[in-house]
Amino acid sequence: MSETLSLGQEPITGSTGPPGETVIRAEHLEVGFRDKVVWRDASFDIQRGEFVAVIGPNGAGKTTLFRMLLGLHRPLRGSLSVFGSSPRRGSGRIGYVPQRHSVDIDTHISCESFVRLGVTGTRWGPGLARREEREIATAALEAVGATEFAHKCVGTLSGGELQRIFLAEAMVGNPEMLLLDEPLSNLDIRRSRDLVGLVSHLVRSRRVTTLLVAHDINPLIQCLDKVIYIANGRVATGSPNSVLTSESLTALYGVRVEVLHDSRNNIVIVGTEEAIGGEHG
Amino acid sequence: MIFPFSWDPVTDFRFMWQFEFMRNAFEAGTIIAIVAGIIGYFVVLRRSAFATHALGHVGFSGAAGAVFLGVNPVYGLLAFTMSGAAGMAVLGRRAATRDIEIGTVLAFMLGLGLLFLSLYKGFATEAYSILFGEVLGISDSGVLFTLETSVIVLAVMLLIYRRLLFASLDEEVAEAKGLPLLALGLVFMVLLAVAISIAVQVIGVLLIFALMVTPAAIAVRLTKSPLSAIIVSVLISVFSVWLGLFLAFYSADLGPTFSLAPTSFFIVTTAFVLYVAVRAALLVSVRLSPRAAEEVHTELSVGHGST
Repeated sequence: MSETLSLGQEPITGSTGPPGETVIRAEHLEVGFRDKVVWRDASFDIQRGEFVAVIGPNGAGKTTLFRMLLGLHRPLRGSLSVFGSSPRRGSGRIGYVPQRHSVDIDTHISCESFVRLGVTGTRWGPGLARREEREIATAALEAVGATEFAHKCVGTLSGGELQRIFLAEAMVGNPEMLLLDEPLSNLDIRRSRDLVGLVSHLVRSRRVTTLLVAHDINPLIQCLDKVIYIANGRVATGSPNSVLTSESLTALYGVRVEVLHDSRNNIVIVGTEEAIGGEHG
Repeated sequence: MIFPFSWDPVTDFRFMWQFEFMRNAFEAGTIIAIVAGIIGYFVVLRRSAFATHALGHVGFSGAAGAVFLGVNPVYGLLAFTMSGAAGMAVLGRRAATRDIEIGTVLAFMLGLGLLFLSLYKGFATEAYSILFGEVLGISDSGVLFTLETSVIVLAVMLLIYRRLLFASLDEEVAEAKGLPLLALGLVFMVLLAVAISIAVQVIGVLLIFALMVTPAAIAVRLTKSPLSAIIVSVLISVFSVWLGLFLAFYSADLGPTFSLAPTSFFIVTTAFVLYVAVRAALLVSVRLSPRAAEEVHTELSVGHGST
């Protein structure tokens, strides 16, 4: 089965990938708010177990894509299906790590209690901690290698440790899909690579379809199956090798953009500052 | 001259208990302290301290209006705080943007309160008791009303406990999981309004912080799970009311014009002293050893609680 890089209505054939069940299907999707279109005419498929990076400048509409997948925002036009039906709010099959958490780091709450909210937080009534609820929380902490933090307060953790806890909260109940919104934004290079390694392990070992919003593609590039590149009101999707080329990004931005590789195979995207927002390394 | 004080707490307590106004004060005060301790935890968690303060003031105008119209002040309190709470919940969902709206409404409401105050002659005593509380003047029917209202508040609180906790701690994820944030915020604010309306009898609108915020602010520093924080918050709140009442009773002036000591002052002071003591103790323990603070939390946490 061949993957397609689609940009607007001109599909570009990308590399071949393994056959799989389609879990996200977007057809001519147009996204925006009442008076403003953010991006339009996006068509792409995401298969089960794929690791997908969502990249693009600030305000390009990356988080809006997540909000649509979560059923919190409706498309203006086109169709979007998740697990074969329209996105539904509160789906237990999707784990979500938002860009910003409202949890106050001064709040004294143990990581185990916090992660357990992912299990019990939508239930009615007081409910005392049941054994199976604790076991689910413990399993989620184990999955992200954060068992040692279980009884530490959320506020005492470092940025990298905190991201693991948020990931554990999202992993509660073994979701089939993870949506991670800029989990790497406050981490240094080493911790970014650690977290990417962890997410990649979850994707491969559990076949969790994962979409990860990032500003810098480099820590991710080795693990990715696909890239969704959102810029200039348009969306390009395909394998990293097919999307991250001078030709495809020039077509996306509509101005000359160059994709350069350094000696360590890091990607640098060069173009006019106005065009690419000067964001990407 | 004051009541005879024996330094034997049991004897002193028994002596105090024979007065009906003290029994009523203890009963109503305890019920209110429990409700305030529980709601207070969510006030701290949701960073709604300013909203709480403002609702107290809104309540003052309601009570003043009720007195002016010749009805029980508590009905005015309930009507004004509940509509104010609903307005706050709908206008500003997020704490960061809410303060401006609250401040604007608050100023207008206080102005309205002043109008009622000037329209109603001989209002000084009523105004004083609404502003600073009059726990020693609670009647049997007042205790019963407090109990009934509190049972309703606590029942609703129990029902939405886990959902409210999730929405308060991790708003974005809770929303993605399908929780109705606006409705939960609205229900919480109405519960807060009712709790404030009944708490005003004990502590008054100006001192509402002492029961609604201070005990929970202490509790969240000492515990690691929501349930243990709520338990500690309730214990501190109840202790503040009990000690406050006890001290007020034994400081009452028994002279020719029998006058009671300012109970609210003693309640507020107890809560405040506890707050300062806990902050200081935690600060010292952190200075002495970085691990010590962690141990304090561990020791005081009651199990791992329910979430």
